[in-house]
Amino acid sequence: MELAASAPTFAKTRTAPSPRARQGKRTLPMVVKLAYRNLFHDRLSFFVTVVGIMFSVVLVAVQSGIYLGSANKIAAIIDAAPADLWVVPLGTKSYDDPSFLSGRERYMALSAPGVADSEDMLVSFARWRKPLGGETTVLLIGTAGDSPKALPLNITDGSREALEAPNTVAIDRSYFNDLGVGQLDDVAELNGTTVKLVAITKRVRSFTTLPFVFTSLEESRRLAGANQDQASYQRVTLLPGADIDTVRKEIERRLPDTEVLTQAQFRTRSQDYWLKQTGAGAALDAGKLLGLIVGIVIVAQTLYSSTKDHINEFATLRALGAGAGYIVKVILIQAILSGLIGYVLGMSLALIAIQAAQDTKLTIIMTMPLAVQLFAITIGMCIFAATSAIIKVIRIDPAVVFSR
Amino acid sequence: MTEPSNSQVIVEAEGIVKMLGSAPNEIKVLKGIDLELQTGELTLMMGPSGSGKTTLLSILGCILSPTQGKLTIAGHKTQNMSKEQLANLRRKHVGFVFQSYNLVPTLSAVENVMLALDLRDINGAGAYEQAAEALEAVGLGHRISAMPSKMSGGEKQRVSIARALAGSPSVILADEPTAALDAKNGMAVMELLAQVAQDTRRAVLAVTHDHRTLQFADRIITIDDGRIAGSERPKVSGKPVEMAAH
Repeated sequence: MELAASAPTFAKTRTAPSPRARQGKRTLPMVVKLAYRNLFHDRLSFFVTVVGIMFSVVLVAVQSGIYLGSANKIAAIIDAAPADLWVVPLGTKSYDDPSFLSGRERYMALSAPGVADSEDMLVSFARWRKPLGGETTVLLIGTAGDSPKALPLNITDGSREALEAPNTVAIDRSYFNDLGVGQLDDVAELNGTTVKLVAITKRVRSFTTLPFVFTSLEESRRLAGANQDQASYQRVTLLPGADIDTVRKEIERRLPDTEVLTQAQFRTRSQDYWLKQTGAGAALDAGKLLGLIVGIVIVAQTLYSSTKDHINEFATLRALGAGAGYIVKVILIQAILSGLIGYVLGMSLALIAIQAAQDTKLTIIMTMPLAVQLFAITIGMCIFAATSAIIKVIRIDPAVVFSR
Repeated sequence: MTEPSNSQVIVEAEGIVKMLGSAPNEIKVLKGIDLELQTGELTLMMGPSGSGKTTLLSILGCILSPTQGKLTIAGHKTQNMSKEQLANLRRKHVGFVFQSYNLVPTLSAVENVMLALDLRDINGAGAYEQAAEALEAVGLGHRISAMPSKMSGGEKQRVSIARALAGSPSVILADEPTAALDAKNGMAVMELLAQVAQDTRRAVLAVTHDHRTLQFADRIITIDDGRIAGSERPKVSGKPVEMAAH
């Protein structure tokens, strides 16, 4: 600077900053520094912002996690018994909306070109009478024991083989209270027949309030009053190289009173029925929307208030020649920083809540894609919330700097 | 002192008229101002309250646009420029010193200067060095890390001057730079502005009410009722500076 040559009288006390001190000041771009200093300047306001975002993230994460958990739970039986194609009674809404096929479907499907195997699966409502009295409705599921896709999975006590004995069932540990049993060899009545508990599963729960009761295919037919050939579904496995669409059309042609669905189609149909047609998903979506609205309102309010607090500084920047883009960048960085911190805290809380819900009836799932999606939503929400503050700053009249 | 031989006109205002408000309450604040600012000069602008000083300063600083008239800054005609183009011109050619300093309270002294440099796309280590040098030049080399809340009014105004100097603008406009300072600090700041004005690449214009500052002026302009009422070069004419004030 040219002034140094004729330094003013009060310039004599200068001490050069140490190289280390200078080095330490070089790291962060000024626009970022200004944004975070503005943000952290009013700590109470910043705290309110972060708590608002955190609350919003927790709400949206938990609602999304419940939605995802519900979707997975609805499809759990379909996923546990995968098939290339499912032959289902015409008009089936969901795998747990059972009715019986006529009984000839297995052989008709097996005779179609490209089919390697077709397995029966029976699903039926049944009445469960508790040992100490009281009745409840259950969903009875029967699969063939010699199949590699035999249900149930996740057996922790007893065995699948034990289910091949007559009058035996398997239930999930979490249904002990609902079904009035508590250990292996306990007995109850199923559709008037005494059955013995020979296998216990873990985390095999239904989406609805009806507990699953697993048994062998033969036993399920007997208990449900179906004849020897009847089943609710055919699980069709294709030969290697077979074209799934061609086979699907061929089976459909041969079985006009049925629908032939791919694994994904049957999954989606079941999920759509429970999440969309029953309104359960809409309730979860409303929760997510509420979370987003809360987040947007809180962030918008605090960002606007922070911008108003710093309006003179922004006007000074404008007077010094800052373009609107520079000032908008400061606001956006503030919004993104708030979102980032709120997201980290909110997601941490949500993960704790998800962990705590692990062994309860509530299934909440968090996946990496969902976490990434939530991060994008949080940042997007904060940027959207910054709109009012941005409008405020770009309308600043720099002439106000002379009126103060 | 004689007029610097290599001085040049850096700001040229011609027939500047400014109307404020809207009909029927429209007021003609400036009524045809012709003014030239030369490099190497400290020009003081005086006049009663409401005479149009601040409006003129805002127009010369490209913050307000004139209703009529032409303004040229460092060879750039401002007519028909958009707000962003005017901001760009300010950024490149104009430095401001405000009565209330207008420092960013959350940034240290050096960071305040670096912010002005950042607007001119000077950043990183180079910006730190330049900002530290600017603060050193105004006598605040030992206070570069101080926050505005920990500085005296005089120190804050010197940071403000260092900020105005950052990026070497062609013209520095100061709005009553001593108004918020005590006599000692006010004189020190004016002395500093006078030194800044010695640079033959730069003009300095300061609005002031303080007659004690007149001793530093190369030129004194008096404005009254939206018109230039007088213009003198006391150091050239040899008149006592007290006489220059109308």
